[in-house]
Amino acid sequence: MINLYGRATNQSIKRKLKRLVYRLDKHSENESDWFSLCSSDFQDEARSLTLVKNGRIPPDEGTEYVTAPAELGYLVNGDIISLSVDASRINVIWRGNANANSLLLTERCDNYCLMCSQPPKTKNDDWLLDQAFDAISLMPQTAKEIGFTGGEPTFYGQRFIDLVGHVDKCLPNTALHILSNGRKFSDFSFAEKYASFANKNTMVGIPVYGAEETLHDYVVQAKNAFNETVNGVLNLGELGQLIEIRVVLHKATAPQIVQIAEFICRNLPFVDQVALMGLEMMGLARGNFSQVWIDPIEYIEELAEAVQMLAANKIHTMVYNHQLCVLHHDIWRFAVKSISDWKNEYDAVCKSCEVVDTCGGFFHSAKYGSSSHIQPMTRDGYPLTNRPNIQSLVTSVSNQDTWKRRSIPVTASD
Amino acid sequence: MVTSLLQDNQERKVYEWLPFRFDRLRSGGVVVTNMLGEWLKLSDSEFNDLAGKVFSKPELLIKLTSKHIIRIKNDKLPVRLLALKIATKNKNLSYATGLHIFVVTLRCEHACEYCQVSRQNSRNTEFDMAESDAYAALAIAFMSPSQNIKLEFQGGESLLNFDLIKKIVIRAQEMNIRFKKNLAFVIATNLAVIDDEILSFAKTHNIFFSTSLDGPSSLHNANRSRPGKNSWELAISGIERVRKELGHDQVSALMTTTDRSLTMPKEIIDEYVRMGFQEIFLRHLSPYGHAVKSGANLKYNNRRWLNFYFEGLEYIIELNRNGTEIVEILASTYLKKMLTNSSGGYVDLATPTGAGLGALVYNYDGDIYASDEGRMLKEMGDETFKLGSVRTHTFSDVLLSDSLLNAVEESFAPSNPMCSDCAFESHCGSDPVIHHATQGDFVGFKPSSTFCERTTEIVPFLMEKYETDRFCRDLFTRWSVR
Repeated sequence: MINLYGRATNQSIKRKLKRLVYRLDKHSENESDWFSLCSSDFQDEARSLTLVKNGRIPPDEGTEYVTAPAELGYLVNGDIISLSVDASRINVIWRGNANANSLLLTERCDNYCLMCSQPPKTKNDDWLLDQAFDAISLMPQTAKEIGFTGGEPTFYGQRFIDLVGHVDKCLPNTALHILSNGRKFSDFSFAEKYASFANKNTMVGIPVYGAEETLHDYVVQAKNAFNETVNGVLNLGELGQLIEIRVVLHKATAPQIVQIAEFICRNLPFVDQVALMGLEMMGLARGNFSQVWIDPIEYIEELAEAVQMLAANKIHTMVYNHQLCVLHHDIWRFAVKSISDWKNEYDAVCKSCEVVDTCGGFFHSAKYGSSSHIQPMTRDGYPLTNRPNIQSLVTSVSNQDTWKRRSIPVTASD
Repeated sequence: MVTSLLQDNQERKVYEWLPFRFDRLRSGGVVVTNMLGEWLKLSDSEFNDLAGKVFSKPELLIKLTSKHIIRIKNDKLPVRLLALKIATKNKNLSYATGLHIFVVTLRCEHACEYCQVSRQNSRNTEFDMAESDAYAALAIAFMSPSQNIKLEFQGGESLLNFDLIKKIVIRAQEMNIRFKKNLAFVIATNLAVIDDEILSFAKTHNIFFSTSLDGPSSLHNANRSRPGKNSWELAISGIERVRKELGHDQVSALMTTTDRSLTMPKEIIDEYVRMGFQEIFLRHLSPYGHAVKSGANLKYNNRRWLNFYFEGLEYIIELNRNGTEIVEILASTYLKKMLTNSSGGYVDLATPTGAGLGALVYNYDGDIYASDEGRMLKEMGDETFKLGSVRTHTFSDVLLSDSLLNAVEESFAPSNPMCSDCAFESHCGSDPVIHHATQGDFVGFKPSSTFCERTTEIVPFLMEKYETDRFCRDLFTRWSVR
């Protein structure tokens, strides 16, 4: 778990800041603990701002500075942060060393998914979009991938398309991954505009939660959503856009996963990839625990069948957010270590596991719900406690309770 | 706050049928297929609900809606999806005729009992294709709108006229500089006369071999007699030679099923496995020749063949279950139609018929036929499927000839009596040639049709396996996309 937010432990800025998004630029060659703050507006006052890491003495008297707290000590040259107007709070927006960088564009959404990890809000948060424009201007062209997330990024209509165009202009070689419910793309002219601005590395990840509308519309708690989403996928497909279908597995969708896979194979076989994702016990998922929680062990067979069907149909398939011990060994090779590093953890029992290095591990939020079948595994897919043919070795370790799920999560460093 | 699945349905939505067809299964239950052949097995009571439009059980509703058997009243999305799938299935129709079969000679050094066409006693070249006819045929082949052009050389024994094959291959490659097709060559041969020159030419020009292997030596040699009684030995050594020179996958084998084969499906399959083939096509008995005349006999033999087929298929499934990968081609073709939006890619099981549209046959004398069986009928005195001659006709003359269009149109299964309401029509094909040969018209009376019987027996068998056996589900999915 990495903190992406911190309160400045010290600062000397007395005025209200106009720009809020800054890149950390190395102050000098051999100094890694202070940075000049660079904003997208080169005339801006930020030129004179400095960020120092906790424990360092502020620079010369007279410079305006902010001191980052210890938990943000990982910041390095090129990282992008935002400051609150009074420079008291620091948000990390983009990290060069991160395995994933996503920009939250809004918290508004026209779906209200049962298990949403980022519950939709209604208040105006256009500033997030402004911040995204700034952050993109500041990113290096070498950035491999960025994500747009929400809420519903397409909520902004034309301004969303402008932002996609902004990425194409500033970061022509960067892969852009957009998480969208896809409904807006059911408007063909919108989809067409999007297609004309998106560069060839831009992919939209769109959730499909059923093979027909009853289930999907129930999961997203919105009428006509399935219809618009699938029409959106078809429009993007017709326009030759990169598409990912995402299915979050929970109590309502997991029992239907084979049907959903069949639906994708027959009706949406043109999509570029399918991600089958474990539940993240955040946001609404916690409030709707009884409607969404299911132990992955209960759908282990169905998930394996769905993955094999998709893969046989030559659709690039990935399984996200599942620990290997709750996945059928036949589909281990489809499991992806996908959890963003800042919220990724492992359990204490995982220490003796032979495949912990390839396992996706847990969300930080797994303490609110995780499988009761977490156990260390052998490389060939057997529980360590039940390794075939060498039981004599195991009996000395024996105590079954050792492998029982207890407190979770325990951090990786624990 | 959270609205439930059920309430929402019952309160507001009205469902209606999309076009569907159904059949009762011998094993109980009813299979329902949508316009495209996507299918569901329903229990009798579920089917009664569908038939009576009682749409109250959410699980049934979800199944039926997601398979596009019913829809919410006036919902346009299922229609958009069905239209896309149907367009996908039929997209190859605008690119007619990918397979072009050249009968380069009727001469043969074999005297197989089931062969209607070869001239084994002939030493002179009157049954060889003339060079000028071959080039005229090439000109026709290249006019096909298909981007993929496969030239297959047949006989007789095609390699007895290898000189002509060479000329055709070289000319085709020259022509292709301009046409830029994906060009492939196949030599159909018993491999008895293969030699180093042929192998080296095949290697240079990336030519694929298709040979005959009827099963173990006793069966093969009994079916395929030749002086020396060594057809099997020559085939086996030929296969090994081709593999050694050109690579393992450069030769495939095809079996002809005879009366003798019917008792030995396992032995035949074992022979294919032993030879390292990963595919076998358990072909049906040919109705051409003597059997054509007797309808009752044909049906009886078809039942015997079906028993042979099912025994063989069960055996192949068990082989796969135990780790030996081998595909049965006929099942694979049906499964493509059952589980994917593909049309199956097999000219003998296509709708509209693959005759002419999927394949054209250029006979040794320059006459053009709609299919290999059509050419065999001619050897029996029936010229129904002769579409013209390479000397006087162009590609469009041939494709637009009344002989072909009548056959295509009349045999179009979706409008044929009994096919139009058959649950398995989307999985089947249209075969004017076999129905003409056995029943005297392009349509045929389906209860007497062995073609119909094969589909209506095999498809439900595959469905049953798919439904009840997880291993088969995975295996069949793989077969359907190969």
